[in-house]
Amino acid sequence: MEKNLILIPLLPLIGFLINGIFGKKLPKNVVGALGTLVVFGSFILSLLAFLEVRESGQALSHTAFTWMQIAGLKFDIAFLADQLSTQMMLIITGIGSLIHLYSIGYMHKDEGFYKFFAYLNLFIFSMLLLVMGSNYLLLFFGWEGVGLCSYLLIGFWYQNLEYGKAARKAFVMNRIGDLGLMLGLFMLLQHAGSLEYKEVMASLSTLSTEKAACIGLLLFVGATGKSAQIPLYTWLPDAMAGPTPVSALIHAATMVTAGIYLIVRSSALYSMVPEVLEIIGYVGLATALFAGLIAIRQNDIKKVLAYSTVSQLGFMFVALGVGAYSTAMFHLTTHAFFKALMFLGSGSVIHAMGGEQDIRKMGGLAKKLKITHLTFLVGTLAIIGFPLTSGFFSKDEILAKVYEHSPIMWGLLLLASAITAFYMLRMFFLTFHGSFRGTHDQEHHLHESPISMTLPLMVLAVLSLAGGFLNVPEFISEGSEHLHTWLNSVVTYVSGRHHLDHSTEWMLMGVASALALIILVSTYVVYVSKKSTAAEDDQLTGIQKWMNNKFYIDELYQSVVQKPIEAISNLGYNIIDRGIIDGSVNFIGKSVEVAGNALRRIQNGNVEYYLLYMVLGIFFLLVFKFVL
Amino acid sequence: MELILIPLFFAAVQFFVKGRTASWLALASTLVSLGWTICMISGYAMDGSTVNLVDVEWLKFAGIRFTLAYDGIALMMVLLTNLALPIILLASWDRNYGKSPLYLGLALLMQAALVGVFLAQDGILFYVFWELALIPIYFISAIWGGENKNRITLKFFIYTFFGSIFMLVGLLLWKSYGSSTNGFAWMSLVQSQIPSDIAFWAFLGFALAFAIKLPLFPFHTWQPDTYTVAPAGGTMLLSGIMLKMGLFGFIKWALPLVPHVGENMMHFLSVLAVIGIVYGSIIAIKQNDMKRLVAFSSMAHVGLIAAGIFTQSLEGLQGAIIQMLNHGITAIGLFFVIDVIERRMETRELTLLSGIAKVSPVFAVMTLILVMGSVAVPLTNGFVGEFILLKSVFDSNATLGVIAGLTIIFCAVYLLRMVQFSLFGPSNAQNEKFTPLTWAEGIGLGTLCFFVLWIGINPDPFFGLTERSVSNLLSLFNAIKVMP
Repeated sequence: MEKNLILIPLLPLIGFLINGIFGKKLPKNVVGALGTLVVFGSFILSLLAFLEVRESGQALSHTAFTWMQIAGLKFDIAFLADQLSTQMMLIITGIGSLIHLYSIGYMHKDEGFYKFFAYLNLFIFSMLLLVMGSNYLLLFFGWEGVGLCSYLLIGFWYQNLEYGKAARKAFVMNRIGDLGLMLGLFMLLQHAGSLEYKEVMASLSTLSTEKAACIGLLLFVGATGKSAQIPLYTWLPDAMAGPTPVSALIHAATMVTAGIYLIVRSSALYSMVPEVLEIIGYVGLATALFAGLIAIRQNDIKKVLAYSTVSQLGFMFVALGVGAYSTAMFHLTTHAFFKALMFLGSGSVIHAMGGEQDIRKMGGLAKKLKITHLTFLVGTLAIIGFPLTSGFFSKDEILAKVYEHSPIMWGLLLLASAITAFYMLRMFFLTFHGSFRGTHDQEHHLHESPISMTLPLMVLAVLSLAGGFLNVPEFISEGSEHLHTWLNSVVTYVSGRHHLDHSTEWMLMGVASALALIILVSTYVVYVSKKSTAAEDDQLTGIQKWMNNKFYIDELYQSVVQKPIEAISNLGYNIIDRGIIDGSVNFIGKSVEVAGNALRRIQNGNVEYYLLYMVLGIFFLLVFKFVL
Repeated sequence: MELILIPLFFAAVQFFVKGRTASWLALASTLVSLGWTICMISGYAMDGSTVNLVDVEWLKFAGIRFTLAYDGIALMMVLLTNLALPIILLASWDRNYGKSPLYLGLALLMQAALVGVFLAQDGILFYVFWELALIPIYFISAIWGGENKNRITLKFFIYTFFGSIFMLVGLLLWKSYGSSTNGFAWMSLVQSQIPSDIAFWAFLGFALAFAIKLPLFPFHTWQPDTYTVAPAGGTMLLSGIMLKMGLFGFIKWALPLVPHVGENMMHFLSVLAVIGIVYGSIIAIKQNDMKRLVAFSSMAHVGLIAAGIFTQSLEGLQGAIIQMLNHGITAIGLFFVIDVIERRMETRELTLLSGIAKVSPVFAVMTLILVMGSVAVPLTNGFVGEFILLKSVFDSNATLGVIAGLTIIFCAVYLLRMVQFSLFGPSNAQNEKFTPLTWAEGIGLGTLCFFVLWIGINPDPFFGLTERSVSNLLSLFNAIKVMP
C-alpha cells in the first residue's frame, strides 16, 4: 500500500481531467458514474491504508518527487497516512462518494453537469492533498486548492451576480486566513529549516515559548478563515449560494474542518503554549454562541444549517482549546455524518419544493417525503444530543472535557448546545410538521427524491445514529474509547491534566440530556401542538431583529474595511497618482518636452528609413567584426 | 552571438517582404531563436560557470570591449525573452499591425537588444543595448498606440531616457574613480575599489534608471498610461520582458555597489518596493479599464520581486529570478486575454462586459488558469516565486514581510473582480460578437497556460538553472573589499 498511497489523491485528479476535458461530449450517466467511482476507488484504497495502519501501528509514507530545492531548503511532494490522516481520508472519500452519488440525482437537469463533477473531483483531490501531505507545504497546497474549488463551486451558477459575489467573498476571506498560515509556515521554516511534520516536531524542543505562541496564533488565524470562526466566519453562510451537495461536502463535512485538522496535526506545538489554546477555546466558544443566536432567527433552511455549522465548528475549537484533541476529532467525525445528512436532506426538500428554501413556506412535508423526513429526524436528534445518537456522545465528551477545565465555560457551552437544540428543532418542525404553507403548485409538485438521493441519506442516517460508538466514554464501558486510543500515537496532550470522577461525568451527561429533552418537548408544543410559525421579518423588534439581520456584521465589515479601501483606491488614483506624483513628473517633463519639440522639427524624415539604416548598420558591423 | 544576429538578420529581411510572408518569417525567426536558447540551456553545465561568447576590443581608446557571455541567470532571462517573442507575435497575428513588416522588424530589433542587455559583460555595451531596446518600443507605441499616443509615448520615452542618462553617469563615475584594471568590464568594475561617496552617486544613478524601468514607486506614473495606450504587442513587450531589464540591472549592476554604499540604502529601497506592492494593489481594485487594472497589478507584483532582490539573499534572488519568468508569462497572458476580448467586444471596460464564459468556455478556462497563476494559487507558477519571495522578505524584515504579504489578499480581490465582470455574470446579446478563438490565439494562450502549470508543478529544474550562478554572484559580492 505504501507505494500506492499516491493513487488515493491521483484517482480523483484523473476523474477531474477526464470529466473536465471530455465531459461535455460524454453522456451524463458516464460522467456521473466516473466521477463517483474514482472517489469510491479512493475510499477503498483509504480503507486498505487504514487497515494496514491498524495492523502494524505504523504510519505509511511515500515520497513522490522533490518539488523544489532552494538555498539548502528541500520541499518534497510526500504523502503520509498515519492514524490522523487515515481518519480524515475515510471521512473525505466516504462521505465524498455518497455525495457524488447524491449529485447524480440532484444535478441531473443542470447543463453544467460535467463541470460540476469535474470540480467536485478536483475538490476531493485538493482535500486529500491537505490531509495526506507529510509536510505543511502540501497541507498549504491542499488548503489553497480547496479554497479555489470552493470559489468555483459557490459561483457554480456563474450567471448570477449575487452568487459570484458570495464566491469572491469566500475566496478573499479565506485568503486573509491563508496569509496568517503562510507567515506561520515562514516562522516554522526559520526555526526548523524544513516543513516536514517529523522534522518540525523534532525541533520543537529548542523553540522558545514566545515563538511557539506566535506560530500557534498565526496558524490559528489560518484556521479561523478556513473553519469560519470569528472574525472570519461571514463567508460561510453566503457560501450557501452553491449547489446543495457542495454545501454538504465542502461547507459542512470536510473543507471547513481543515482548521481543526491543522491544529490537531500541530498538537505538539500547541501543547507547549496553553495560553494560545486558551484563546482558541474562547474564540470557539464565542463563535458557538454567536452563530447559534443568529441561527434562531434565520428562515432559509440552508442558512440555518450554515450558521449551525459555524456554531458546531466553534464546539470543536472549544474542545481544542481545552486540549482535548481527540474529542475535537470525534465531534468532527460525527458532525460530518449528521451535518452532511441534514444538508443532503435539505437538498431533497429544496428539490421537492421546486427551489424554495424558506421554511415559512414549507410545513407538513413529513407526509410526502417519508425517507427525507425520517433521516432528517435522525440528523436533528444527533445534533441536539439525543441520548445514544452520535452527537450525544461527541458533544457530551466536549462538555465533560470543558467542565474539567472551567465550569464557567461549561455553562456557556451548555447554553450554546441548548440554543442549538432550539433552532434545529424549530427548523425541523416548521419544515416537516404542521400544515403546508406554500403555493398550490408547490404542494402538487411535492415528491420524494430518487433512490440515488435517498440511498446516501439512509447510509448517513445509520452513521449518525451509530457513529457515537466509535468512542464510548470510559465510565460507561471500559476500553471503548476507540478513537481516543487510535489517535494517541499522533497527538501530544498538554501535560498534567486531572480527570473527573465517574459520578461527575454521569451528572454532566444527565444535565445535558435532560436539557435536550426539555427543549425537544417544549419546541414540539410551540411549533406542532400550538402551530406557531416564524414571524415575518418586519414584525421583529429589538434583539430578534438584530439576530435576523445577523447582528449587522456584514454591514460593519463593509463600512469598516471594504468601503474605506475602495475610497482610498479612488482617492489614491485620482489625487495621489494622477495629481501629486504625476503632476510633479509632468512639471519636470514640460521643460524637457519643449526642448524635445524643437529637436523633433530638425529631423522629420521618414521613420522607416531611419530604422532600416540603423538595423543594417548594426548588423553589418557585427558581421564584419565577428563572423568574417 | 547568433542569438543577437538571428533577430537582427530577420529584422532587416522584414524590409523586403510584405504581409503574411513577413509574419511567417518573423515567427520562424523567433522559433529558431527559441530552439537555439533551449540548446544552449541543455548544453549548460548548471554549475554557475560563465561561458564566453565573444570578447574583442571595440573602442580601444576608451577601454570599451565587446564582450558577451552567459551564466545561469542570463540564460533564464534569454529564455524569457525568446519564449515571449513568438507568443507576442502570435498575439499580434490577427491584428493589422501583426502583418506590418515595420512592426515585426521593430519587435525583432527589440529582441536582439534585450538579449544584448542580458549578455553584455561590458558597462558601455550594456548601456548601448539598454538604450537600443528603448527605440523600437517607442515606435511601436507611437505608431500603433491608442488615444493620446503621442503625448504618452513621448513622456514614456523621455522619462526612461532621463533615467538611463544617470546610469551612464554612474558607469563613468564607477570607472573613473574606481580602480578598475580592465576598463568597463563588469568583473573588473565589481572587483574594483571606489570611494564610498562616489559609489553612492554611482549607485544612485543606476538605481534611478532601474527604478524608472521597473517601475518602482513613486517613479511609476508613466507606466499605466503607456501600458494602456500601447498596442497589445507593445504592452506585452514592455511588461513581459522590458521591465525585467530593470530587475536584472539591479541584480547584476547595482548590487555590487551596495557594499560601498551601505545597507541603509537597501532598506530604503525595500520600503519603496513594499509601498509599491500595497499602493499598486489598492489602486488596481477600482480600475475599470482592464489594461490599466493589470498595469497596476503588475506594479504590485514587480514591487515584490524588487523587494526580494533587495534582501540580497540567495532565496530572495532565486525567487526574484523565477518570478521574472513567471511574471513574464502571466502578464503577457493577461494582456493577451484582454486583447482577445477587446478585439471582439471593442471595449476593455469592465462595466460594459458580462458573461463571456457562456459563449466561450475554453477561453474562460484559459483565462482562469492565467489568473490563478497571477493570484499565486499553489501548483501554478506564481505561487512558486511568491512563496519564496515573501519568505525572503519576511526573513530579512518581519514587518515588511507582513505588509508585502497583503498582496496575496489584494491580488485575489482585484483579479477576481476582473474575472467576475468580464467572464461571469449574465451573458448578453452583445456576446454574439465573441467569435471562437483563432488558431494563433489558441496556441499562444495554450502555451502560456502550459507553462503556468509546468513551473507550478515542477519548479525544481528552473531553480536548478540559476542556483549556482546566484550563489557565485553573491559570494563575489560578499568578497568585495570596501575602501577604509
